[in-house]
Amino acid sequence: MYTVADLRKGLKITLDGDPYIVIAFDFAKPGKGQALYRTKMRNMINGTILDRTYRSGETFEPASLEDRKMQYLYKEDDHYCFMDNQSYEQIHVDENALGDAKNYLIDNLPVDVLLFKGKAIGVDVPNFVNLRVVQTDPWAKGDTSGSDSKPATVETGYVLRVPPFIEEGELITIDTRTGEYSTRVKG
Amino acid sequence: MAKNLPLIRRKEALWGRSIIIQEIRRFFFKEGYLEVDTPLRIPAPAPESHIDAIPSDRWFLHTSPELCMKRMLAAGFERIFQICHCWRDGERGIRHLPEFTMLEWYRVDADYRDLMNDCETLIRAVAQVLGYGSICYHGMEVEIGEPWERLSVSEAFRRYSDMTMAEALEKDMFDEIMVRDIEPRLGLQKPTFIYDYPAERGALARLRKDNPTVAERFELYIGGLELANAFSELTDAGEQRSRFVQEALFRESVNRTTYPLPEKFLDELSDMPPSAGIALGVDRLVMLLLDSSSIDKVVAFTPEEL
Repeated sequence: MYTVADLRKGLKITLDGDPYIVIAFDFAKPGKGQALYRTKMRNMINGTILDRTYRSGETFEPASLEDRKMQYLYKEDDHYCFMDNQSYEQIHVDENALGDAKNYLIDNLPVDVLLFKGKAIGVDVPNFVNLRVVQTDPWAKGDTSGSDSKPATVETGYVLRVPPFIEEGELITIDTRTGEYSTRVKG
Repeated sequence: MAKNLPLIRRKEALWGRSIIIQEIRRFFFKEGYLEVDTPLRIPAPAPESHIDAIPSDRWFLHTSPELCMKRMLAAGFERIFQICHCWRDGERGIRHLPEFTMLEWYRVDADYRDLMNDCETLIRAVAQVLGYGSICYHGMEVEIGEPWERLSVSEAFRRYSDMTMAEALEKDMFDEIMVRDIEPRLGLQKPTFIYDYPAERGALARLRKDNPTVAERFELYIGGLELANAFSELTDAGEQRSRFVQEALFRESVNRTTYPLPEKFLDELSDMPPSAGIALGVDRLVMLLLDSSSIDKVVAFTPEEL
C-alpha cells in the first residue's frame, strides 16, 4: 500500500483495476489551504493520460506487475515472439505494446518483458544496442553542403541520422533511450 | 575537485541569495524597522487547520514567528521584521521545503493595503540591486515597474474558473480549483495581489467591516509562484480564542496533533493596536529572482542531502 507521501515520478499504481505509471508529480499547498498532490499518470495498457489531484490520507495499491527476463525470437504478422530465459516458455506481444522497443529487436536480444495479469504490456530493451547499417548513401568527399549527418537504415528497418563517415555494412551502437546514434563499433 | 557537485553548482545562486537578503535588511533598516530574533522553539504554535508543527522535546519548532512578533506589537514595538527558519511538517516539493526561510514584517496603524504597497517597493528595490527592471521567470517576463494587479478572490474565481467562490467552498473544491485553475494564471504579466479570502481561511485575520464573509487577507503571486501571505490583524482576543478553538476542533476531527492554546498571546492580544503583518518566503523570492526551477537550487542543503 502506498500513501500520497510515496508519490513520485515512475511509481506504478493500480487505479480502477488498471496499472498506471506516474509521469509527473507536484506537491501544492495554496496559502493556508490543504496539501494537494497533483499527479499525471499514464495507463500502462492503453496509454491514456490522467490528471488526478489527491489529498493527504489517500492510499494506493501498487500495480501488480511482473518483470521477466526474456529474449527476442521472431516476428509473426503484428505479433512479436519472446522466450523466457529460465522456463523457455514463449509469449507473443502485440506490436502496439512494444512502443519504440521494436526499432531495436534483433534475434536473441535480451529484454525485460513487463506483464500485467499474465499479459505483456511493455518491453524494456538494453540502453545500448548494436545494429548493422543496411542502407546509407556513400560519403561524397568534398561535400561542401556542411551537413554533419545523413540518414541510415539499420537491419530492423529503423531509420536514424548518422555521421557522414558511416558506411553500409558497418555496425553502430544506438542509445535506445533517445533513439540516437551513439558510436561506431570497430572491427 | 570536491565531491559535492550539486553544492558546487549552487555557488552562484547562494551568492545571489546573500545579496537578496542583504538588500531586504537594508530596505527595512531604511524604513525604520527593528530587526528581531524570536525563539524558534515554542510551547504552543498557532492552531491552523492545515499547518503541522514538528515536535521538539515537548515543545514545537515554530511554523512562523507570528505569535511572538504580535506580542511585541502588543508591547509597543511599532515596526518589526524578522528573517528566520520555519518548519512545516510534510511539506516537500519543487516549491516546498519542510525547513525554509521566512521574512515577516509587522507594523501598527496599517492594514493589508499598506502591505501591498510595501511588497511593491521592497521587491522593486531588491530587483534593482540585481539590475533587473522586470522579472524573468520560467520564460515569462513579469513587468514590475507599473502598479501591480489587485484582484479579489471571488473575481479570480469568476475570471478563471467555471465555479463561483461560494460554490467552490460549498463543494469543498476551493483548494483544488485554486491550485489547478487560478494560481498558474496569477502574476504572469505583472505581479498579482489576490485579496479578500473567505473568512474561514484567515484564522488570524480581521474580517471586512462592510462584508464579514471575507477576511482582509491577501496573497502575492509572481509568475504563478505564491510568494507572500498577509492580513490586517485580528485584535479581538475573544474572537481570536474562539477561532483557535475551531481550528483545534478541526485538527482533532481529522486526527492531527493538537497544540495547547497560546495563552500568553491571547492574553496580550487586547493590547495590540490595529496592525498588519505579512510572511514572505525568502527561498521562493530567491527562486523567482534567479529563475530557478526548484527550491533545492537556492539552499545549501536540502533535508535529503544531510
